[in-house]
Amino acid sequence: MSLRDASSLLPPLRRGGRGRVRSGGRDLPLLAGMIAPAAAVFGAFFLLPLARLFAIGGGGAEGWAAYATILTDAGHRDGLIATVLLSAAVTAATLAASTVAGLFLVRHRFPGHALLVAMLTFPLAFPGVVVGFMVIMLAGRQGLLGTITQALFGGKLVFAYSMAGLFLGYLYFSIPRVILTVMAAAEKLDPRLEEAARSLGATRAQLVAHVILPALKPALLSAGALCFATAMGAFGTAFTLATRINVLPMIIYTEFTLQANLATAAALSLVLGLVTWAVLAAARSFAGSSVAAAG
Amino acid sequence: MRRRGLSFWAQLAFTLLLCAFLVTPIILSMLAGVTANYFVGLKSGLTLRWVEEVWRLYADTIFLSLRIAFACLGCTLLLGVPAAYALARRQGPAARLAEELLMMPVAVPGLATALALIVTYGGVGDLRSSWLFILIGHVLFTLPFMVRSVLAVMTSVDLRTLEEAAASLGAGFARRFFGVVLPNCASGILAGSLMVLTLSVGEFNLTWLLHTPMTKTLPVGLADSYASLRIEVGSAYTLVFFLMIVPSLILLQALARRARSNP
Amino acid sequence: MPSNFHLDAVPIRLQACGKSWEGGGRALEPLDLAIRGGETIVFLGPSGCGKTTTLRIIAGLESPDPGGRVFFGEEDVTELPIERRNVGMVFQSYALFPNMTVIENVAYGLKVRGVPRVERAARAEEMLEMVKLGEFAGRRIDQLSGGQRQRVALARALVVRPRVLLLDEPLTALDAKLRDGLRLEIDRLLRQLGITAVYVTHDQGEAMALGDRIVVMAEGRIAQVGTPREIYYRPANAFVAEFVGTMNRLSGEARNGRMRLGPGFGVALASLPWSGPDGAQEFLVRPEDIDLAEEGGHFDARVAASVFLGDRTRLVVETEGGQPLTVDAPGRADFARGQSVALRLDPNRLLTLPA
Repeated sequence: MSLRDASSLLPPLRRGGRGRVRSGGRDLPLLAGMIAPAAAVFGAFFLLPLARLFAIGGGGAEGWAAYATILTDAGHRDGLIATVLLSAAVTAATLAASTVAGLFLVRHRFPGHALLVAMLTFPLAFPGVVVGFMVIMLAGRQGLLGTITQALFGGKLVFAYSMAGLFLGYLYFSIPRVILTVMAAAEKLDPRLEEAARSLGATRAQLVAHVILPALKPALLSAGALCFATAMGAFGTAFTLATRINVLPMIIYTEFTLQANLATAAALSLVLGLVTWAVLAAARSFAGSSVAAAG
Repeated sequence: MRRRGLSFWAQLAFTLLLCAFLVTPIILSMLAGVTANYFVGLKSGLTLRWVEEVWRLYADTIFLSLRIAFACLGCTLLLGVPAAYALARRQGPAARLAEELLMMPVAVPGLATALALIVTYGGVGDLRSSWLFILIGHVLFTLPFMVRSVLAVMTSVDLRTLEEAAASLGAGFARRFFGVVLPNCASGILAGSLMVLTLSVGEFNLTWLLHTPMTKTLPVGLADSYASLRIEVGSAYTLVFFLMIVPSLILLQALARRARSNP
Repeated sequence: MPSNFHLDAVPIRLQACGKSWEGGGRALEPLDLAIRGGETIVFLGPSGCGKTTTLRIIAGLESPDPGGRVFFGEEDVTELPIERRNVGMVFQSYALFPNMTVIENVAYGLKVRGVPRVERAARAEEMLEMVKLGEFAGRRIDQLSGGQRQRVALARALVVRPRVLLLDEPLTALDAKLRDGLRLEIDRLLRQLGITAVYVTHDQGEAMALGDRIVVMAEGRIAQVGTPREIYYRPANAFVAEFVGTMNRLSGEARNGRMRLGPGFGVALASLPWSGPDGAQEFLVRPEDIDLAEEGGHFDARVAASVFLGDRTRLVVETEGGQPLTVDAPGRADFARGQSVALRLDPNRLLTLPA
């Protein structure tokens, strides 16, 4: 188990390995007993509360219609659209940047290589609040970009406390883990594939387009889905930057704390959870099937 | 090795730029934490005043975070390792479903989980004002990481043959589990443990809703200081946070390197 | 297969091609080698002997140390990267592109060369027919068996009409039955196309069956270059004698047209007529060249072990003087451990190593 795998938050599993024991029924009670504690905690503190939250979501003044407000209420709908667009943009930018850098780091060795990898992956475990603060350091009122632009152009560039700041923050947050995923996948590529393509006359660009990117597709898919899901549900960064940014997690938080509208908050957070989980599950089964196709 | 063309240097430049994007704010914030007046700049002199102030204001959040992190590690080890073993041993759809369900707390946003916990257990005894309430949230969130880390190693070593060999030599289940299974999964357990500690110390999404004025963790304190105190204090606090997670991050990277060099 | 499909027979010449590793140490001592146009040459040797490095230098995947040159015909290709050398490569691991179908794999080299779609498809199909996989054109790679995959790889390498076909242990990943079939197929294709081919293997059976000539390599050097028969029957040195096939080494001496075998045989053998060089101290003999004698054996030995191999029985015997020998007997003959056998040597089938 390597950090490469662990760090992309959920390490990918190689299915169908020899390690899986087709167990005789004899051990069944034993195995059930081993998973029981985790199952009990999980059921009592996750499934049951979620079910309760679901009931509360439908038990407010609006009844079950609360679940529809995400589409019917203009503010909520705009928030949802903004969140989805932001997450999609972050995912696209992260995938592009991380693929370039990750491939470069796997395909070239040079002095300082290990240090560069270490630095690129260092922010991996930063919580959202700290990421928000990093954005403030870069683009806040006393930030680096502001200071530089002030000196150069006489005007301060400050965008930390807006959607652009949030974009930068999610990018900051996502790049390390996606780079790790790309590197892990690229290192597993059979170098003979590349040699075969080159022996057939493929240029570097053709090699990347026809052989390497298709081979990385499953990894990119699952990393992208994870990136998207994280951006959808992230709360700390937005919280640090500004409470006025109209993304779904902030809306939920405001409904819950400031307006004490528990039913709406419950409904919205469940919808958000469902969307996120569905994206992840879809990507996983999609990536899984293309892995199988790759043999 | 082929000659390095324009494309090599362009890619290197891009990667360095990316690296600068990630590292510059870290360095800036560490500097700001020890600068007398960040607005004036470094020429105002270096000082530990802000770090001291953080310690005065927030020492209890640091201890609480550490306590929760290690308690969380204990829980995820006790719950997660046996669960991973059971999942590794069973192939059927029921096992896959259990695995998928156990992963859910990562996919479901922390806000939803926290709200669910509050509406269900917020009124039970003193739980709401206890640090155990936060612990519950952290265990839910970190358990998937422990299970996955251990499961990944269990599926890559040939657990079946090892266990059958041990059984053929007369080892009973307990002997096999503690003498053969666990030692061979040590790397996964270690990676999972470091991951759990790091994630728990930094957890904010759940914790922000679960905490009370008496149970503030480090990230809650961070958010607090970012919002209401001068940037030097926030920076000094962030510096303290970095120092807390750096050891486990370095260990994780060393572990990864070792795993790469002898796969 | 259309009879007009014939590839140019390009001769290849390596001149002082050596290879040092970056950390120091030589993978390959500088070597010279001329490969004739249309010839199938097999590099044979244990792992780490430099055979794959040599293949990769010819391919353009490694460059030789300064001073080394590679010629395709009259053209010096040393500086050309692999993608501009026009070579065909076949790998042990097949290296088929998993994201493409069978026909897309075969057509890939034509695609990057800008061959129009229609011609591309026609040529790829023709090539697939040639390796008898015509009906598999639309399949995904993971729907093929190992043998089929390697045939697709062959088609993919050949369809671009390469100047040389390079095969790196192409049969090693297959099981024994498939290996024989595909070996025959490769042999047929190479003869039919008339292409220059370089084949790397550690399997001497493959080397013997496929090679016009074999280059035996050891520790980064060429140990011997020769036809399979030359390698087998006239090994140039002790390494080749030991590595290729099984060889018994007997000490003795040859003088004045007679030879005698010495002390390992207990009683020295009555001298036999000898037409080889005078002064030889050591004689080599293959297990199949020692005969079991009904009567009039040259010496007696005791059976120490017997292994039934189907077509023959391989015996390890020990002479009275304690010299172990490996001897092949007919498969139907059965031997007990400790049984005494009488053996004959034909002096004409004894070999000596050049001094």
